[in-house]
Amino acid sequence: MADYILEMKSITKLYPGVKALDNVNLQVERGEIHALVGENGAGKSTLMNVLSGTIPHGEYTGDIVYNGQECQFHNIHDSEKLGIVIIHQELALIPELTIAENMFLGNERKNSFGKINWNETYKQASEQMKRVGLKESSNVLIKDIGTGKQQLVEIAKALSKNVKLLILDEPTSSLNEEDSKMLLDMLLGFKKEGLTSIIITHKLNEVAYCADRITVVRDGSTIETMENPNHDIDEERIIKGMVGRELTDRYPAREHKIGKEVLFQVKNWEVYHPVYTEKCMAKNISFEVHKGEVVGFSGLQGAGRTELMMSLFGKSYGTKISGQEFINGQEVHLKNEHDAIEHGLAYATEDRKVNGLVLEDSIAWNTTMAKMSKISKRGIIDVNKENKVANEYVAAMKTKTPSVQQAVGNLSGGNQQKVLLSKWMFAEPDVLILDEPTRGIDVGAKYEIYGIINDMVAQGKAVIMVSSELPELLGMCDNIYVMNEGRLVGTFTAEDATQEKIMSAILSSKDKA
Amino acid sequence: MKVSTFLKKYTMILALVIVFIFFTVLTNGKLLYAQNVSNLLLQNAYVLIMACGMLLCILTGGNVDLSVGSTLCLSAALSAKLLSIGVPAGVAILVSLLVAAVIGVWQGWLIGYVHIPPFICTLAGMFLFRGFARVILSSKTIAVMNESFLNLFTSYIQPEGSEGPYNSAIVVGVIIAVCLLVFKFYSIGKQKKSGYMNSSPVGQIVKTLIIDAVIIAYTVLLSQYKGIPVMLIWILVVVVIFAFLTSSTVFGRYFYAVGGNEKATKLSGIDPRKVYFVAYFLMSFLAGFSGLLVGARIGSVDGNMGNSYEMDAIASCFIGGASAYGGSGTVPGVMVGAILLGVINQGMSIYGLPDQWQYVVKGGVLLAAVVFDVVSNHKTGKS
Repeated sequence: MADYILEMKSITKLYPGVKALDNVNLQVERGEIHALVGENGAGKSTLMNVLSGTIPHGEYTGDIVYNGQECQFHNIHDSEKLGIVIIHQELALIPELTIAENMFLGNERKNSFGKINWNETYKQASEQMKRVGLKESSNVLIKDIGTGKQQLVEIAKALSKNVKLLILDEPTSSLNEEDSKMLLDMLLGFKKEGLTSIIITHKLNEVAYCADRITVVRDGSTIETMENPNHDIDEERIIKGMVGRELTDRYPAREHKIGKEVLFQVKNWEVYHPVYTEKCMAKNISFEVHKGEVVGFSGLQGAGRTELMMSLFGKSYGTKISGQEFINGQEVHLKNEHDAIEHGLAYATEDRKVNGLVLEDSIAWNTTMAKMSKISKRGIIDVNKENKVANEYVAAMKTKTPSVQQAVGNLSGGNQQKVLLSKWMFAEPDVLILDEPTRGIDVGAKYEIYGIINDMVAQGKAVIMVSSELPELLGMCDNIYVMNEGRLVGTFTAEDATQEKIMSAILSSKDKA
Repeated sequence: MKVSTFLKKYTMILALVIVFIFFTVLTNGKLLYAQNVSNLLLQNAYVLIMACGMLLCILTGGNVDLSVGSTLCLSAALSAKLLSIGVPAGVAILVSLLVAAVIGVWQGWLIGYVHIPPFICTLAGMFLFRGFARVILSSKTIAVMNESFLNLFTSYIQPEGSEGPYNSAIVVGVIIAVCLLVFKFYSIGKQKKSGYMNSSPVGQIVKTLIIDAVIIAYTVLLSQYKGIPVMLIWILVVVVIFAFLTSSTVFGRYFYAVGGNEKATKLSGIDPRKVYFVAYFLMSFLAGFSGLLVGARIGSVDGNMGNSYEMDAIASCFIGGASAYGGSGTVPGVMVGAILLGVINQGMSIYGLPDQWQYVVKGGVLLAAVVFDVVSNHKTGKS
């Protein structure tokens, strides 16, 4: 008989009109890393919200048995008292406060009069930070450290709460491969110390790497639990469970028809940080993109890829920009984003919620936003036409929504991404820059987005794809440029490239620097 | 449509109807007297007009313009002063509007291009322009006596030789009602052709018929007093232009986009600086225009004119459903908010509620409207 730290029995959660969870059972053994996988909207996060008390007892049916005791959590404090701590996908840190202040937020080290004991706070914070390998001082502001380190602060914060069962919701979705691996290794280390973790992730290689057991959630039900004792489970096996069918090919086939014409060319491009103007973000970059080609940009977080692309897109990032930009053989001097769009360039951001979409506005409004001249005459909008084209894009992209009047904020991540792509395809660019086009979306939606990219290049457009997921670049691109610390450190053709070669290009350039 | 969604969509209109009935009963029907109905909009002309501009500012992200009461005073003072020294009405009006436009350019530039927070910039403007107004007035009250100036804003359209009732008003009302209905049929036809229906055609026609009924009833009451006031036409011109601007033009869409997500808007090739500029420019211009209306209606201008008028405009927007965080709100909604506030004001005055209690009621209504908005939106956000 296995020793279960947690058993969730017949959990059912109804929302008006939707059964978010349907009779879910989940058993977690003491001291294991348990992965929870499933498509977006399958119910993973809802299940964890039930466990942590975010959805209070009484709003769901079923039992939670923790350490052999039946528990009724009414809020997040109830579960934290017993050592269940959840770290959400969107980090809940306050940028203007220090690491230590964030760590003990709501849990302050104070005396009986309510005065905060700062010495104790900083001392304890430093101790926890040591455990997660953070070398920063605990009085550094959160906004001054990178996303990867912020994630570590979240974990240190959980440790400070005397955590027994740690739940991580998509902990690596905004991390690069190097930081992700470090984080997973840390979890494996904590496992040896006896910590139990539940990890929700879309990255199946990570699941295989660290999870002992894997539970698949699909359409609000637990489908199966797989054993992974040797950490070598076949990813295809997991995918089959998630989508209920076998995705024979994770990247749709495409006829590689690269034209001779150079659609987009960049020569000796250089861009500096907008605030710290001495800091060079991209230096001496030259590359070209042909008609019908998908060009990939690989690199670690902070390699300067996003900064490069945004500065190319009408100087929307950086200062002291120099270099030459050619579209269709003509040199262009793009003053602003509008200029860039008019010249046939489009940039779909990596952060759709912050930089890409107006969440409270409808799908129709978002779709037409970047090129409203197409649905208006003399500045007056033809609403009927707007709704019609929005409907066409919803159909073409297979966006799941009741209507184009739906606010984009109500859609799932994958569908939001499709609206973002619709918006830029509606702008009819010749060259489409996609920054992390599949971040945080599920396998099925990814496959559809790859198909859309293939359609675009088949129409003779060119796509530049910035991605931190190497398999995706290898599966999709004709040519891959590798960047590190603002420089191009390697170029590979599709046949040539392997994960090892790209990683070694990055790492060897580091040695030189 | 389900009852709950219907209630939610038309909350403020229902509130307006209920408040109207409430005060009609309370004042033994005095609220419905032709004179009172006619005066309702005229007294609140400045609120209706400035709320249109304020909506644009609020759309850009919950920003407000605190300087409009002072700008209104400055414009009125300038006109009164010029008229008093014998300048023709047309020139006085042009100069006043020009000054308002300059104020608009000034504030729009500071807010849009220099990135001064709107609250601070317009707070400074509130002091500055009231100061200038008092300088022009030399701290005195100046009467407005120029006939053509007064006629342009405060007269009534009364056909030659006729004496009330002025049935011409009803004729105008019926013509407008018929035009609206014809236009509705035309637009339904167009929707059918494009294969996309916003809502059921029957519902759309019923809605138009209700609006028609209100228009005809209103003109019947106007015909029993002095006919159609010229000021009503000025109000309608501004409201129609702004309703069209916000709902049907590309530039109007930009206000919503900037308020919803400024970064995404910028990356879509739209210049947010321009959007801020236009919002504050139009706001100041409307404040200047309102100054002419208020100056003509009161018949004199003093240094305290327009005090706290900015708050009326802001309150109308929030009562009318504009989001305090920007990105949502409509001109028709804001008009309902302004009229609701006007009905409450007038109802309380006719009933004879002491001034101090009128403030309490207004504050309560504003708070209730915003709380309702936030709470009901929060609920939909959850499900």
